Parts: sequence; C-alpha cells; structure tokens
Amino acid sequence: MNRDWLPLVLILVLAAAALPLVPSSSTWLTLTVAGLAMGMMIFMMASGLTLVFGLMDVMNFAHGAFISVGAYAAASVLIALKGGMQAPSLAENLMAMAPALAAAVAVAGVLGWIFERVVIRPVYGDHLKQILVTMGGLIVVEQLIHVVWGPDLIPLPKPATISGSVLIGDAAIERYRILAVIVGLTVFAAMWLLLGRTRLGLLIRAGVENTEMVESLGYRVRRLFVGVFVAGSALAGLGGVMWAMYQESVTAGMGMQMMVVIFIVIIIGGLGSIGGCFVGALLVGLMANYIGYLAPKLALGSNILLMVLILLWRPRGLYPASKA
Amino acid sequence: MTRFLSGDLPRSRVLATLLIVICIGLVAAPFVFPGARSLNVAAKVAVFVLLVASYDLLLGYTGIVSFAHTMFFGIGGYGIAIAAAKLGPAWGNLALGFIASLALTLAIALVIGLLSLRVRTIFFAMITLAVASFFQILASQLSDFTGGEDGINFRLPALLQDRLACYYLVLAASAALFLCLLRIVNSPFGRVLQSIRENEFRAEALGYRTVIYRTAANCLSALFATVAGALYALWLRYTGPDTTLSFAIMIDLLLMVVIGGMGTLYGAVIGATVFVIAQNYLQDLMKIASDATSGMALLPNLLHPDRWLLWLGVLFVVCVYWFPTGIVGKLRARRAR
Amino acid sequence: MLDLKGVNTHISQYHILQGVDFAVPENRLTMLLGRNGAGKTTCLRTIMGLWRASAGTIRFDGRDIHKLDTPDIARLGIAYVPENMGIFAGLTVRENLLLAARGGAPDEKRLERIFTLFPAMKKFLDGAAGNLSGGQKQMLAISRAIVEPRRLLLVDEPTKGLAPAIIAAMIEAFRELKKETTLLVVEQNFSFARSLGDSVAVMDSGRIVHAGAMRDLVADETLQQRLLGLSLEAHQ
Repeated sequence: MNRDWLPLVLILVLAAAALPLVPSSSTWLTLTVAGLAMGMMIFMMASGLTLVFGLMDVMNFAHGAFISVGAYAAASVLIALKGGMQAPSLAENLMAMAPALAAAVAVAGVLGWIFERVVIRPVYGDHLKQILVTMGGLIVVEQLIHVVWGPDLIPLPKPATISGSVLIGDAAIERYRILAVIVGLTVFAAMWLLLGRTRLGLLIRAGVENTEMVESLGYRVRRLFVGVFVAGSALAGLGGVMWAMYQESVTAGMGMQMMVVIFIVIIIGGLGSIGGCFVGALLVGLMANYIGYLAPKLALGSNILLMVLILLWRPRGLYPASKA
Repeated sequence: MTRFLSGDLPRSRVLATLLIVICIGLVAAPFVFPGARSLNVAAKVAVFVLLVASYDLLLGYTGIVSFAHTMFFGIGGYGIAIAAAKLGPAWGNLALGFIASLALTLAIALVIGLLSLRVRTIFFAMITLAVASFFQILASQLSDFTGGEDGINFRLPALLQDRLACYYLVLAASAALFLCLLRIVNSPFGRVLQSIRENEFRAEALGYRTVIYRTAANCLSALFATVAGALYALWLRYTGPDTTLSFAIMIDLLLMVVIGGMGTLYGAVIGATVFVIAQNYLQDLMKIASDATSGMALLPNLLHPDRWLLWLGVLFVVCVYWFPTGIVGKLRARRAR
Repeated sequence: MLDLKGVNTHISQYHILQGVDFAVPENRLTMLLGRNGAGKTTCLRTIMGLWRASAGTIRFDGRDIHKLDTPDIARLGIAYVPENMGIFAGLTVRENLLLAARGGAPDEKRLERIFTLFPAMKKFLDGAAGNLSGGQKQMLAISRAIVEPRRLLLVDEPTKGLAPAIIAAMIEAFRELKKETTLLVVEQNFSFARSLGDSVAVMDSGRIVHAGAMRDLVADETLQQRLLGLSLEAHQ
C-alpha cells in the first residue's frame, strides 16, 4: 500500500504542537490518549463508509443507522447480562462484553445485508437517488428503533473494571479509552493485513481503483460488493457500541449525529482509503480534544476548519484511492 | 390564466382542483378555520410552499442535492430577528436586516456554488452538510448575537401586530414569489437547467457553461429560501435554531419535495400542504389508532403519534423508487391515460 | 475464432457502432484501423461486454458471448488491454501480475518469458505501478494479459504516446505473442500495423469499410490513401 508517510507525520506534528500550549505534560498525555481513543472509535464507525464508497461508488447516507442499531443490539444483550458487567473481575466483564460486541456486529451486519439488497441495489449508478433513498432509509430505521426499543434513552454504563482512571505519573488516563485504543488498533491492523496481504484485499484495492478492469480480469466484483457492504455495516455497529459505552447512553439519533464528523473524516482521509480514514480519524479526535481544552468555543467548528486546511493542501484528501 | 402561470398549467383536473381548494383554503383560512392553531398551520403552509418550491428549483429542476437549504432559511429568519431585536421594530430596520440577510445568502451561495459545483454530486452534498452544520454551531455559539439555543423573540412594527394583516402579508408575498419561480423555471434559463439535469455532458457540449448555470440556480434557490425565512420570522415573531436550522427541517423539506413531486413546482404546494397538515392533525388520528390497538405486539408502537415520521419516511422511499414525480406526477399521468 | 455480425452499440443517445461485421481468424494478428472516433475502442469494449450491443451477435469459438457479463467473457480466455492501460497504480508490479493470474500464483516459466520480453518488469517488480514510465506501464499491461495462457488478446492502441525505441521493443514482444495466441489490435500507427498485422479491418463511422490481408493493403497505396487518408511514406 501507500508508502507516503507525510500524513502520518501530521499526527505527530499536531500532538507535538499541542505540547507547549498545554500547561502540563500530564494534561497533554490525558488529552492525547482521549484524542486517540475518540479517533479510534470514529475510525471504526467511518471505515466501512469510505470503503463502500471507494469500491462500489455508493454513498450510503444511512450508514448512521448501522451505528445506532449496533449500539442498541449490544445494549439489549448487556441488559440481559447485567450481572457480568457490574462484577468486579475483568474476566467476567469481558465475558459479558464479548457477546454484546458480537451482537452489535452481527445485527448491524444483517441489517447491512438487507439494506444492500433492498435499498441500494436498485439505485446503483444513480447518485442523486442514492442520496435520497439512503436518507429516507436512515429516517425509517431511526423510527423503527423507537418502535422496537421505545423512545427513551437507554443508559449503558461501562463495565466495572474498565471504568475510572489509572494514573501514569501525574496523568489520569481513563481505562475505557485505553480499551478503545486497543480495539481500534486491532481492527486497523486486521484491515491492514487483510487488504495488504490477502488476495481478497488485493481485489478490493484494485476494485477501488478501477472496477471495470478487475471485471475484465475475470473477477465477479459485484459479489464482492455485498461482502464489503456487510463488513462495513458490521464495523459501524462495533464503532457504535464502543461509542455508546463511552457516552454511557444509547439514543436513536446517535448515528445520525455522528454523520457529519464521519463525512469530515472520510473527506480528509480521501474517499476509498482505509489508511486515510485512520489518519483522518486520529487527527479529528486529537484536534477535538486539544481545542476542546484550549478554546472550547471553537471545539465544534475545529473539525471543519481542519477539513478546509487539509483540502487546501491535498484537494482530494490525504490518500485519494478511488479514481472517482 | 395561462400567462399568469407562465404557461405551466396543472395539466390534470384533479391537480387543478386540489390547487384551487388549497388556494381558497389559505385565503379564507382566518374565516373558515377560526382559531390560532389553524391560522398557524395556514401560515406555515404558505411559508413552506415557498421554501419547498425554492428547493425544487435546485433539486427537481437542476438535479443538485444540497443540505444547506435550511441554512439560507435560517439566515432570512435571523436577519429579521436580529434587526428587530437589536435595532428596534421599525420598518426601516426590518428592511435593513432583510437586505443584509439576502446579501449574506448571496455571498455564501456564490462561494459554495463556485467552489464545490465542480465536484461530483456526492461530494457537494457532503460539503453542504458540513457547511450547514458549521453554521448551526455558529448560531448556537454566538449567543449574544443570535440568542443561542433559545433563539430571539422580537416585536413587530405596529401594522404587522394585527395577526390578520401579518398573515395576509405572508400569504401574498409567498404567492407572488411562487409565481416568480414558475416564471423562472419556464424561461429559457429554466430549460437549460433541466437539460443540465438530464445530461450535463451534453449541455456542456452544446456550449452551456454548466458551472455558471448551476451556480445561478444555487444562488436563486438560496435567495428565495432566505425570503421564506424572513416571512416565517415575521409570522412567528421568533427565530431560533429549532425552527429554521435544524436538520429535522432539512429532512422535512426532502420529504415534501419528493412526495409532492420533484421538478414540478406544484409538487411544492401539494407536498407542503400534505406535510404540514399531517404534522399537525395526523398525529391526532394516529393517537386514536394507537390507543385502539394497545395490547397487540408492536402495533401500538408503530401507530404511536410520535412515529408519524416513520410512515412519511416509508412514503418518501416508495416515492423515490416508484414515483419520482410524486403526487403531481401520478395525477398528471392519470390524465394522460 | 471471433465473429461479429451486425453489431450495433448505442451509448446514451449516440449510435456508435452501426452494424459491424467482421471475423478475427485464429492464431493471427488482426489490426483494426481507422480514424479517431470511428468506433474502434467501442468495438473492443462491446466485445468485452463493458458496453452492451444493442443489436447483432458476437460469437467466440462458436459461442454467443454478446449477452454475457464481462467477468464471464474474460473467463473464456479473452484478455483486454485498454487504451489507458488499466494498470492499478496503487498496487506493485508484482501485485498487478498476481491479480491477473486467476489460477493462483503465476507459472514460473511464463514469468521468465515476461521478464525476457520486458526486463523492466523484473527490475521494478516490487515498486508501485504508478511510478512506472508510460512505456513501462504499457509493458505491464501486456504482461498482465499474458501471465496466463489466453485464447484472444484485445489491445487498444498499444503504441500511443510511446517513444520509437519502446515501440521497437513492443513490436518484438508482439511477434513473440503472435506465435501462441490470437490478437486483435486497434492502432493508429500504420507502420506498426503493417509490420505485425496478418489481417486488417478498417473502420469508419461505426462500420467496417474494408477487411482483408495486410499485405494486400500494404501493396495498394491508392487504397491506403482512400481508407486512411494518408500514404505509407507520409505517416511515420
């Protein structure tokens, strides 16, 4: 894959630039870990969308639905396994979390499969209709969440042993954030290996660049589409549940709320690039946390400013992968 | 009559009847449907007809999806509100606020248009979403200026304090501007827009600088939306993020324009009327149905009045797939048979 | 081996191919010539299934292929080298070749063959394909097409924009390829065409206006002038 390291350096530059601005290095450490954790969760939520767009040329505005549904599915499982989450042992906590995460991934994946067949397939190639139909789908799914799970917010406390903070020197680092970073890195590493070392990954990377040529080489790329869409939806579900636990609550609108940030991240990263999405997500996460501390009024708008700056430097994003 | 409607007749007896009924309904509303609530509904219909029509110019006629429309709606509202609140409820100040909001809209629409219309549909949609979101954040953060989350309440000049006078001003302005839009889409300019929507490549090959036309459409549509925003502010005597800038309103717009019928302008009239009435009265119906089916699994949830958006969403999706020309298109097709 | 009868192709409202009839004989190199816009690329793309023929039939080895999807057409042993070469710039040269070898890792002997024909491929094997020069990209495109045995190669303007030295290498490569497979090559460069082509077909305005043996066309300057608007001396 790309050996262009410059955007990665950006992350280090951003972190380094924040250091002198922040009063103490322990605060800096806390903020940085917070930023990285946020970035990892956003990456999980966004990666599916950018890959689907790069490969299938479909912009699924309903992507937020998978985020919400994944979180709700996990919440249902966790409510059933309440004991495990509150237990004081890490093993029990993880044993309760694992099926919840699995549920998030599975339910979001299945919804993705249905979505691809029923909603997306009839509108391949027509971008205008895609935008309209997927927006409609988002509304419908959000409403259906209310139908199935009720209109109220569902609280989702973190597992007992992964809440609170651990002290590293003077800095208080939240345990959950460390978990988020671990999960995020694992997901990224898995995707990196899949895309870089397997034949399937080769197909996807080539397909993102030039679907027609891959077909001319004899591969039935359409079949690949469904798989990638489902995988992307499943990942969104995972990101959703991680994010919901971070916020300690699940709401039907959470997916939709994330859509703007997700769009910003994938535009920054370059549509179709997983590496770009990763770097973009980390930059956005770090930026939000640094600015949130230094100049809270600017925090919400800082993402958009970051996007504008990066587009001025590289108009097609950090790693433009798709020929689009 | 034909010249009055710029040559764009309803072309369907049912549609013409509906339009006439709606017009009469709106004009006679204060007398036929007395009460503050129904007058409110009527005023909202009037404003949204204009707003949806301006969006149809962009989406239906030029084929551009933009999520920034509510931003321009909001700019119109805030222009009036800020002028009235900070400078005082005089006609001169209102005019100042109005012109300032139009100027701001034009500037932003031009910038968005020229910068982003060179990119593909999807990229443009995402960027308008980001810009609108940024504006929303700005409006809630600059609370000294914009009243933040609470919005701005203000008083109107004496003439407009009479609800009836205010209502007829809003209605007349909306109607006049609607006819204006009708004129625009039926002009040579409007026809070029449609040909760009059909096949941009071909239009470009025929010598039309599509970027210019699309930017013009973007600007016009934004300006009309701003006027609609100003009218709405005058009626409500209030402007705030939830009445103008929220994403929910953007979605409502999409629903109205698609269900009414994209690319028809009359679709805006039908769509806005159907939607606003549903929003206010359908929920009562649904409550009755929901209570009647309580006890059955899921059904009361599906019919719960808060879920009216679910059904409109389904209708929306159905329309995009099978009836892209919406209600108006269906009615016209019937006539052709 | 390949037979087109009455093939029509429409692209939106444009009627590009207006009844194309010709045959590509087996184990020969057929040149498809014609002016810009005559429909040569459309012809290749229609054969490959990238654009659907609106009328007519295309038969390959006796099978109707005009209704098949591109991947299925490719699996019958047809390889396509498009005008823009279609190489995957973000992948390495090795990965490009690997992808083209549907049956798994490419056969060692065939790879050696490719490296002999195109030494640059070995040299840049693990470099990004996007960093190759124009000529090297073209070589990669052709290498990809032959990394596994194919029955038919469709090549669109292989010498476009290439330096004369590289064209000479290309000619050598094609001479080798002629020995083992059938080729249909679209070209504008007549000198390249005449040195390699066994048969020739000339297109104009979406139709075949001449078909026959290359040597007959080479011998007949008046015919060349009429068909291609140029004489042998004037063009390269």
